[in-house]
Amino acid sequence: MEKKWEEMSAEEKQEAQFQKLLVPKDPEGNDLKFQSPEAEKSYKERITRIKDAIQLKKLPDRVPVCPLPNMFPFNYAGMTVQEAMYDYDKCVAGFKKFILDFEPDMHIGAAGPGPGKFFEILDYKLYAWAGHGVLPTSSYQCLEGEYMKAEEYDTLITDPSFFFSNIYLPRVFGALEPWSMLPLLPGIVEMYGVAFNFIPFGLPPVQGAYKALFEAGSEAMKWAMAMGGVDGELKTLGFPNILGGFTKAPFDIIGDTLRGSRGIMMDMYRRPDKLLQAMEAITPIMINMGLGAAQQTGNPLIFMPLHKGADGFMSDEQYKKFYWPTFKQVMVGLIEGGCIPLPAAEGGYNTRLKVIRDLPKGKTLWMFDQTDIVKAKDIVGDTLCILGNVPSAMLKLGTPQQVKDYSKKLIDNVGKGGGFIMGNGAFFDEAKPENVHAMIDFTKEYGVYK
Amino acid sequence: MSGELVELLSNLKEPEALAFVDKALGEGVDPMDLLGQAKEAMNIVGQRFASDEYFIPDLVFSGEILKGIIKKLEPHLKKGEEEERLGKVIIGTVAGDIHDIGKDLVVFMLDVNGFEVLDLGIDVPVQKFVDTIKETGTMVVGLSGFLTLSFDSMKDTVDAIKEAGLRDHVKIMIGGGQIDEQVKGFTGADAYGKDAMAAVTLTQGWIGG
Repeated sequence: MEKKWEEMSAEEKQEAQFQKLLVPKDPEGNDLKFQSPEAEKSYKERITRIKDAIQLKKLPDRVPVCPLPNMFPFNYAGMTVQEAMYDYDKCVAGFKKFILDFEPDMHIGAAGPGPGKFFEILDYKLYAWAGHGVLPTSSYQCLEGEYMKAEEYDTLITDPSFFFSNIYLPRVFGALEPWSMLPLLPGIVEMYGVAFNFIPFGLPPVQGAYKALFEAGSEAMKWAMAMGGVDGELKTLGFPNILGGFTKAPFDIIGDTLRGSRGIMMDMYRRPDKLLQAMEAITPIMINMGLGAAQQTGNPLIFMPLHKGADGFMSDEQYKKFYWPTFKQVMVGLIEGGCIPLPAAEGGYNTRLKVIRDLPKGKTLWMFDQTDIVKAKDIVGDTLCILGNVPSAMLKLGTPQQVKDYSKKLIDNVGKGGGFIMGNGAFFDEAKPENVHAMIDFTKEYGVYK
Repeated sequence: MSGELVELLSNLKEPEALAFVDKALGEGVDPMDLLGQAKEAMNIVGQRFASDEYFIPDLVFSGEILKGIIKKLEPHLKKGEEEERLGKVIIGTVAGDIHDIGKDLVVFMLDVNGFEVLDLGIDVPVQKFVDTIKETGTMVVGLSGFLTLSFDSMKDTVDAIKEAGLRDHVKIMIGGGQIDEQVKGFTGADAYGKDAMAAVTLTQGWIGG
């Protein structure tokens, strides 16, 4: 008899998620029609290969290979990032070309560039994007600032939703500035006086903000349809998108886009208790963000870009006090919900390897960048699956032979015994196509387990 | 009392360090002596950063405390008492790239190590580097960049310096997230550095100090 989801262990939930991926459905809920028997075979082989690499139970048939590009697919397909952001059809056509030409084992979809018009409608101030503060060929870049003030910790801690709706979002989206006038929703009780709370919705600026929101929502849907369309099509051709959603380590949430790098570093000294409390407060939200996305997409891999816990960014002691505890809680929460956290450790993570060993076996997939990946295999190879780490500089400036030699070193040392997925170390915008081919083709040929 | 500020600042004791400065100024201690102590403390901070005892948050916080101290000392200092600098260094994030955290750390570390830093900011056009070298006769140029896109901007900048006939007069160092030996070769820079301390060591090697 089939167990109910709530009664399953984390292990069983993860297995059930993979089984679901192995029998994909179309948007109507029927069994997916593949475009050919070969496509179906490839799709299932790919999912199984990735599953075996992640679970650390069985040796996969070969080392899976998964390039995780940033803007490369669009550059490769001959368009600027700006074009990919503003012409959704062009964006997905470019992405499809990238997948069909390179045939990776898994991909992360075409959502990278994002919808340019949507950001314009809302007057997004947190980033500069192609043609909007940076070159048309550039990937988006963060405009760092103190979007949350030091004295606002208490508000964030006691009521994160209010902090976001009435304070933070009005600062980072020009069009949502009037949201600072929104009523306190839990104040809406009883009969008497209820209507007072709704007066803000009658004010022209607030109504204007909602008009912009409707427009932004329609634009987001238009974009999401295009993204979903290419995902579905690629699936029928045998190429799975493995990305189920996105969340972050609480320290990075506060350090990247709330307090900013400088702000959070000051807080570590001036108000460490508030910082710790705030991270605790947003931890369940970060877990639910991942679980919710996985449920929506039916895909258990939850991407987590890691920033401010890298080597050099803080001491081990600071890492263990400020970064790791809530980061771990988020991962454990995801794992208990049947998800697979995919942290991408940008920069180096050498000094953190012993700390991250403290995770359940076969439940996470880690993308390493400049970490000594052979050492990583040694220290965490029995606990987690490693993805990486062909350097961006080599992909852009090196030769195919260099990439092959590097890939061989990875397969020989890190691929040993499974638990390894070949890929790049950091998300890349530019590369020589022949180098990306070298990484993928060589792995398919040399990475077969005998 | 001499040395107490060195101790407090180098150990990142912000309220204590600021209170000490207030008290010392009230007691008529020479502000130049306090400034000297602050500089000594920042040297210790730099050494601790170099030896992996301090990390970026500690470095940034020390700078913040220093700022607070200087603010208190400034009204008491006579103009022109600023000490002689070791040499000029031009720093900037190259064209097309607006990342500044790494660059700012390099600027800060060079500054506390006695160099005069001309910070050109972010997204710096090639010509701006060339012009600034010409105008100031600077011997060291640092190019920062985080994106793969910036490799090309770095190369363009080095090429433009060459074309302007200035390449033999300057040493060029590069740095940023994905920068390595291969990028150094591609751009034609003289060296690359992994962190802010490396920029100091390179500069010291080139112009002394």
